[in-house]
Amino acid sequence: MNLSYFFTNFAELEVGQHLYWQIGNISIHGQVFLTSWILLGALLVFISLGTKKMENDPKGLQNLLEFLWDYIRDLARTQIGEKVYRDWMPFIGTLFLFVFVSNWGGALIPWRLIKLPSGELGAPTADINTTIALALLVSLSYFYAGLSNKGWKYFEYYVHPTPIMLPFKILEDFTKPLSLSFRLFGNILADELVVSVLVFLVPLVLPIPVMFLGLFTSAIQALIFATLAAYYIGEAVEEHH
Amino acid sequence: MFVFHLFATEGGLFDINATLPLMAIQVVVLTYLLNSLFFKPVGKVVEKREEFVRGNIMEAKKKLAEVEKLEADLQNQLLEARSEAAQIVNEAEKDSEKLYKEAIELANSEANTSKENARLEIENQTSSAREQLSQQADALSELIVNRLIHQT
Repeated sequence: MNLSYFFTNFAELEVGQHLYWQIGNISIHGQVFLTSWILLGALLVFISLGTKKMENDPKGLQNLLEFLWDYIRDLARTQIGEKVYRDWMPFIGTLFLFVFVSNWGGALIPWRLIKLPSGELGAPTADINTTIALALLVSLSYFYAGLSNKGWKYFEYYVHPTPIMLPFKILEDFTKPLSLSFRLFGNILADELVVSVLVFLVPLVLPIPVMFLGLFTSAIQALIFATLAAYYIGEAVEEHH
Repeated sequence: MFVFHLFATEGGLFDINATLPLMAIQVVVLTYLLNSLFFKPVGKVVEKREEFVRGNIMEAKKKLAEVEKLEADLQNQLLEARSEAAQIVNEAEKDSEKLYKEAIELANSEANTSKENARLEIENQTSSAREQLSQQADALSELIVNRLIHQT
């Protein structure tokens, strides 16, 4: 392969282009699903391998998975509280793993080498649909957590400590998913753009530190998303006295 | 080479469509999958081990308390034995002192009586010797007197 062709191809950048799949009369972004299936498939294979032969003295992969489990439990327990964190741990953990695997998969795998007829492969979390879907799931779950734990008394939270808070608390219900989704989307997309532009301008050495920074940001964003989701759920189930 | 489509009629950065609900369903399915494949089995193993470790620690603590109790008991017994021994030694010392004193007293009194006896005997013998002497002196003087008388 001609090297200059390789690099120009590698560095080509198209933002806002999608690979459309038509199912009936609805259209979806195919590249998001393709990458998410590959990454989640890898995640599931990894996890099934690690949990295939569980032993009392953990070895190899099991060790790593147990560390991960412990990490997620600590995250859920500190944010949600001792009483109900068990019910929400799988959800928080799934959010963390999904965002983390998507971010890192998008940053580490050279997707651009695979040519698509339109748009390009990348982190699933760099698509606004994915992040809004995640954020809305978080909203639904904290409403569900509050209502199932406290019944109608959950709405006392809106006038706590004074009824003056009511409009702000209602506004919060909209700003929470908005900030969650746009924070993740913006960070991951910006990271991809910065790396792409730098690779296009200076295709040697210089993009590498930015790529490492991108990996760092990706991990932090996954942690932030999971922590905030757990915090919102914890806020909804918290007992006021 | 850069092509930005922010709000293009077809596509664009903020193109929200059926990807959103489908992705949400996918994440919910993933939650159930991960719950049964990852969170439940790993949690079971980890919690079983934590239970095991906690049980072991409890047992060890119980055993330690037992050992400490036994040690204290032994210490007590040792102290008691020591004080008993000291008492016995004390008593023995007192006894031996008493015996010593008694023996000395006995010896002293014996010595005194034998001294007294000796003195009495000496006195007797001196008095008898004196008597003999005076008798002999009497006899001699008589003899001398007789001889003098017969000569004249």
